Amino acid sequence: MKLSGAQAIVKALELEGVEVIFGYPGAAICPFYDALQESNIRHILTRHEQGAAHAASGYARATGKTGVCVATSGPGATNLITGIADAYMDSTPLVAITGQVSSDLIGRDVFQEADITGATDPFCKHNYLVKNTKDLPRILKEAFYIASTGRPGPVLIDVPIDVQIGSVNFEYPKSVDIKGYKPNYKGHSIQIKKIAEAILRAKKPVICAGGGVINSNASKELVELAEKCGIPVVTTMMGIGSIPYDHELNLGMLGSYGVYTANYAVHNADLLIITGARVADRAINNPDQIARKAEIVHIDIDPAEIGKNIQVSIPVVGDIKGVLKELVDIVQRGDVDEWGRIIKEKKEEHPPKFPEMKSGTGYVNPKYVLKVLTGLLREDDIVTTEVGQNQIWSSNYLGIRKPRTFITSGGLGTMGYGFPAAVGAKVGCPGSRVICISGDGSFQMTMQELGTIKQSRLGVKVLMFNNTRLGMVRELQKLKYGCRYYQVHLDENPDFIKLFEAYGFKGRRIDDNSQVEEALKEMLSDDGVYLLECRVDPEESTL
Amino acid sequence: MGKHTLSVLVENQAGVLSRIAGLFSRRGFNIDSLAVGVTENPEISRMTIVVDGDQYIVEQVTKQLNKLVDVIKIKELDDSESVRRELVLIKVEANASTRSEIIQIVEIFRANIIDVSKNTLTIEISGDTEKIAALEDMLKQFGIKEIVRTGTIAIERGNKVIKIKNSDEE
Ligand SMILES: Cc1ncc(C[n+]2csc(CCOP(=O)(O)OP(=O)(O)O)c2C)c(N)n1
Ligand SMILES: [Mg+2]
Repeated sequence: MKLSGAQAIVKALELEGVEVIFGYPGAAICPFYDALQESNIRHILTRHEQGAAHAASGYARATGKTGVCVATSGPGATNLITGIADAYMDSTPLVAITGQVSSDLIGRDVFQEADITGATDPFCKHNYLVKNTKDLPRILKEAFYIASTGRPGPVLIDVPIDVQIGSVNFEYPKSVDIKGYKPNYKGHSIQIKKIAEAILRAKKPVICAGGGVINSNASKELVELAEKCGIPVVTTMMGIGSIPYDHELNLGMLGSYGVYTANYAVHNADLLIITGARVADRAINNPDQIARKAEIVHIDIDPAEIGKNIQVSIPVVGDIKGVLKELVDIVQRGDVDEWGRIIKEKKEEHPPKFPEMKSGTGYVNPKYVLKVLTGLLREDDIVTTEVGQNQIWSSNYLGIRKPRTFITSGGLGTMGYGFPAAVGAKVGCPGSRVICISGDGSFQMTMQELGTIKQSRLGVKVLMFNNTRLGMVRELQKLKYGCRYYQVHLDENPDFIKLFEAYGFKGRRIDDNSQVEEALKEMLSDDGVYLLECRVDPEESTL
Repeated sequence: MGKHTLSVLVENQAGVLSRIAGLFSRRGFNIDSLAVGVTENPEISRMTIVVDGDQYIVEQVTKQLNKLVDVIKIKELDDSESVRRELVLIKVEANASTRSEIIQIVEIFRANIIDVSKNTLTIEISGDTEKIAALEDMLKQFGIKEIVRTGTIAIERGNKVIKIKNSDEE
């Protein structure tokens, strides 16, 4: 079959099972868009390429499939970078396709030329600058394979316009053979046996579950292991949803913004089983101290994560699902009753801090809102968050029951991620209610995507905590910089309700705790786009 | 701390060198030298990288390099079981009164003189780091005007080879 390069890309996307792509056109990617018209693949036109990349990421994290985003050369491509970097930090499978100036002009700084493969090298699992049209089928095959296997991540394909126009005898490879890329899925059985022995020995074991558990669809195995051995589980922010929030063994999120019991458990454990987590500073900021007290098991598909931030005594490289399954089969419960009793006691002594519910303050308490929301959410509802206090409140006070229903920018902490990610999640899971928990600052980073949800008819809901502040930075200035507040005031915020109305969307503002339940019910029962803006006290603390 | 020599087989493609160089700077690893050239298989290049660091650093370098899709294979070469060489060109000041002394030194080191002018001699030497450092030290007194080095390359002694695929051949 003789195809143009552009047609070959479209054909390859179809063969990869791609149903939707998020993108934004421009001159250098026009041949691709021209070919795309002939396909059944849905294209969501975002309002900014950053939105396209984040939407593709939200789609990927909600569905488990690889997200695809497309942009033109130069500024289109550079606008993708934040989204690519975000996906890299959070191990999200993404394929980004960019147009590029004609091959013969590369390197001459012509109009809208940018070295996007060079620029994204640090944040890409791999990238390609396509030199020949005939290479396209192989490169697309490899790109999807690399993005979605092993430790998932973003792969960028930069396609000069002449390569899109050129022709190729299209034959899609059945398999890939990349000499330097052979991810290892099967954990070493001897190592797994060692974990079982360590569990049997341990008096105070703890499991730390990260985003890798969700990526590997290993929640069931995680919960089985915890239950069979009576081991409490703490999660990282990326691991939220890997075990139901109300499971008696779930202690909540660990780390500097985590909950007391989770941190207590990690710091007093004699065995710490880290699965699919990177041990980054926000979660564990004193790895040496912990490693001195506890035996450390680290299970990860990426060998480079093991031993990077914490000294490990039992490393296992492999797919978490398979490793945990094998472990559950052979493991026996140790003598952990006393530990279980201590943990239960600590949990009761330190319940989530809900402030007393006052009326007439002119503010709504966000922690209370999230508690009420938890009771109203269905299991399949998807929540995305922005970054700031809103993110930490959501992590600690919202109850998440299922994996892939809590989508947040963990590693990069990207303000402006949550709203476009909600766009992608809604596209991927049209049957689920999708709620973006937002802050007034973050929302304004990507609020242009209101146009996207209008045009593509996506009933995304926004629950905004409006404290007219960059709340988290303000709090930092309060606690660490002697209350020298500077450049954290957003008192000139727009009227967000009117802004939604300008797009034909509904919105409501509440400023009293007595309104919370009824307003949340109204938002959730509406089937269109809806903004619920909660006025929040700027003094409200993160923890 | 110490010097570690890594032999790295990579795809012989544009962009690979910049990826590897970028990785080193990004992760704060120190390279002493990096030499690269195509192997007996024209699709594969071999890099010899000399890294300065402890065992933790070398492990990190190896693991991070392995994550690059273009990197096919990495092996740390043991000092005693490999041969290492560097080619260095040294331009040294020379006049009628110093020239013969310099030539004598060059002979002792089994180096070559590859260019002569009225007031310079250019010397070519290949050898391991110690030998080159020793020659450099001897020539300092005459005034070194310029040094150019290739970086260390290394190969294992005996039957061993670093090849892709049949890793048991190692
Ligand atoms: C793109 C980006 N820029 C800057 C920051 C630094 N930052 C972290 S939280 C925050 C404030 C967020 O404000 P808002 O969205 O209103 O959330 P709040 O903390 O008030 O809930 C800022 C500026 C960031 N995380 N991301
Ligand atoms: Mg705010």
